[in-house]
Amino acid sequence: MSESSALYDIPGPAARRRHTAYGALATAVILALLGWILYLLFDTGQFTYTKWMPFAYQGIQELLLRGLGNTLRAFATAAVLSLALGGLLATGRLSEHRPVRLLATVVVEFFRAMPVLVMIFFVFVALKVHPLPALVAGLTLYNGSVLAEVFRSGVNSVERGQREAAFALGMRKTQVMTYVLVPQAVRAMLPAIISQLVVALKDTSLGYLITYEEFLHAGKLIASNLDYDLPFIPVVMVISPIYIGMCMSLSWFAGWVARRERHSPRSGAAEAAPAEPGTLLP
Amino acid sequence: MIRTTRVPVLRVPVPRASVPGAPVRRVRAALALLAALVTGVGAGFGLVGCGRAGSPPRKGPAADRLPVYQVAQGFRLPASPTWTRAKKRGYFVVGAKEDQPYLGERDPATGVYSGFDIEIARMMSASLGLAPKTIRFRTIASANRETALQNGQIDYYVGTYTINDNRKKLVGFAGPYYLAGQSLLVRRDETDIHGPRDLAGKRVCSAAGSTPYQRIRAEYPKAVLIAYDTYSVCVDNLLTYQVDAVTTDDAILIGYAAKAPGELKVVGRPFSREPYGIGVPRGDTALRFAMDDALEARERNGDWKKAYEATLGLSGVPAPKPPPIDRYPAS
Amino acid sequence: MNVLTDNFHTYAEGFLGTLELTVYSSVLALVLGFLMASFRVAPVGSLRIFGTAWVTVLRNTPLTLLFFAVLLGLPRFGLVLPFKVFAVLALGCYTSAFVCEALRSGINTVPRGQGEAARSLGMTFGQTLQLVILPQAFRSVIPPVGSTLIALAKNSAIAGAFSVTELLGTYRTLSELGYNIVWTFVWIAVGYLIITLAISALFHLMERAWGVAR
Repeated sequence: MSESSALYDIPGPAARRRHTAYGALATAVILALLGWILYLLFDTGQFTYTKWMPFAYQGIQELLLRGLGNTLRAFATAAVLSLALGGLLATGRLSEHRPVRLLATVVVEFFRAMPVLVMIFFVFVALKVHPLPALVAGLTLYNGSVLAEVFRSGVNSVERGQREAAFALGMRKTQVMTYVLVPQAVRAMLPAIISQLVVALKDTSLGYLITYEEFLHAGKLIASNLDYDLPFIPVVMVISPIYIGMCMSLSWFAGWVARRERHSPRSGAAEAAPAEPGTLLP
Repeated sequence: MIRTTRVPVLRVPVPRASVPGAPVRRVRAALALLAALVTGVGAGFGLVGCGRAGSPPRKGPAADRLPVYQVAQGFRLPASPTWTRAKKRGYFVVGAKEDQPYLGERDPATGVYSGFDIEIARMMSASLGLAPKTIRFRTIASANRETALQNGQIDYYVGTYTINDNRKKLVGFAGPYYLAGQSLLVRRDETDIHGPRDLAGKRVCSAAGSTPYQRIRAEYPKAVLIAYDTYSVCVDNLLTYQVDAVTTDDAILIGYAAKAPGELKVVGRPFSREPYGIGVPRGDTALRFAMDDALEARERNGDWKKAYEATLGLSGVPAPKPPPIDRYPAS
Repeated sequence: MNVLTDNFHTYAEGFLGTLELTVYSSVLALVLGFLMASFRVAPVGSLRIFGTAWVTVLRNTPLTLLFFAVLLGLPRFGLVLPFKVFAVLALGCYTSAFVCEALRSGINTVPRGQGEAARSLGMTFGQTLQLVILPQAFRSVIPPVGSTLIALAKNSAIAGAFSVTELLGTYRTLSELGYNIVWTFVWIAVGYLIITLAISALFHLMERAWGVAR
């Protein structure tokens, strides 16, 4: 462990003993915390039959699955559209024409500075469209702008020699881009792109706030029902593993691609982007 | 065989953002595996369809059968674009609430809407010549009602929609079909609270940011206000003695009282006037007047009373006299 | 245009609400993030696991779901607090995961030799941390933490949709009053831009003052 940071020396026997003691103490505290939460859950009656019984019914399961389907539909549409918009805006930002570059920059910077939710509400309330298009439009504008920056930095991260060599061979700018720079950039930026899609997936839950009938909305409908004893906690316990699971598998996929790219000789000319979603904004 | 080794030019080793230690990586792998498993199971159990059929059991009384409304034959209203669109489509799309018992509620398992507002929506559809059972209901939250009517998401809206002058600038209102007023819901064994004056020092629950909440805060500042996102949580808190009263429109409270008639009651005279109207697109005066006529007819032939008795009336509160229709001129 | 002048009070209230949420949540996120980062680099296994689980779970949770769980779920535990406190809790915990990662990668950018050199000079752990490692880590951490806090300010809009007074929520009041919806949103956008630009300017200043390139 100490290989990773400058903080600690390699522990000697005394330090190791001390660490074991701390470890035992910390484990005890954490277990006590978990136990306390579990106790609270039982104490407030979160595991009663009435609260969990609804999940056994097919109608409820279908309601949840329909919600999940709607979430995934919004995600898929938004993902495809933001990739397209990202490509377009990146082209604009890399353009040689100054006005085009300026316009693309303004668009990208504006939409990156605005909260996604404000855009979703704006499209929904002011432009008066249905919830799904409003959600998709908001997500596309935001993620498209972020992806444009990812693409651009990908293209810029390809070694200068590649571009120079291509120009020296007599290629035009478009050719240099499509045959030389973009393929390498996309390869190197793939992990960052996938990580940004995780953000898009997470943000589909904003649809709940404009009454798009997605996964969380289905959960709310079950949770706020007096007939089922208001199973808020059970609903959270059912829904969140699925949400977190989906996002984590996608994050993991991004990490896997990153590890592969780092060892692949084909992406040697550009530094593979780190797949850590932490480097991206929440 | 010559192996070409690529010599990367100008490659500065960028410090990697994180070099996870072995145990950390294992934890992460385990977490990912667990998550994937849960996702699989979650997605799986619905597909297999191992669930029980029908709806989970419900609390509170249920009407033996709902009233049947006679569908107007050969009804035509070409002056109304909304009606024309619905007729061509073959059904009305109606906005409603989904979380108010006996008023506008949706069974999560079957997706069926029921309640007094829903009955009003159904009788309107019948009077406008389209069979009530064809209606497609959409849940529209209070904050989005005007938007939904303006962008054509719904044809009309029935869901505790108070008529007021500001809203008349945005949408049209048929009706009112019911005169509600802010009131108080308390436990049946409560003897101290008879009206808003008795609230000093009591814990009162309402929906965060709602008009009833603001009215209590402004006019009865001695009450201790508690706010939640939904009224059902307030009612649950009332039943578990965490608050002493719940306040909002009496229609909503009567619905909750009907859920647990042995434990809850609505007390005191309403201390505000909330005429509930049917929201229609603002320009569609023809539809608005047609609905006014239809409401009057339904109130005269007893359908309105039957609808009330099959829904809110189950709480034991007798049917009030329906309020006079406000046929305000088009502006 | 007169949307702003007529309703300056409403806007100001919303603006201050957003500002308040941002400030309190930032403090919580920084404190929790620092704590979790120190857990994640600690030589104690169970703390590392706890920190990793915290970060992994929160980073992969949609913020709306977290708000839902905290604002509507926690009261079921008998924990009744004002919505604003819950909102700060949700926003702070969520952002702490991102702050933690920024801090941790900041610590990891300090070359190992620095720590070794400090220790061979006979410095204690506290001195090493205080005099050698943290000052260097701090410099490289300024920009990522700054952008995380900007993201936090933007995310505070979600709280408004859950009935907490803040900037985005003002549109509801104003549209009830029948004002032009486009202008309403223009001024909301300006409000957010003011906050995000202010944070970014603040962190630029900090970077100028301390973020010396190594």
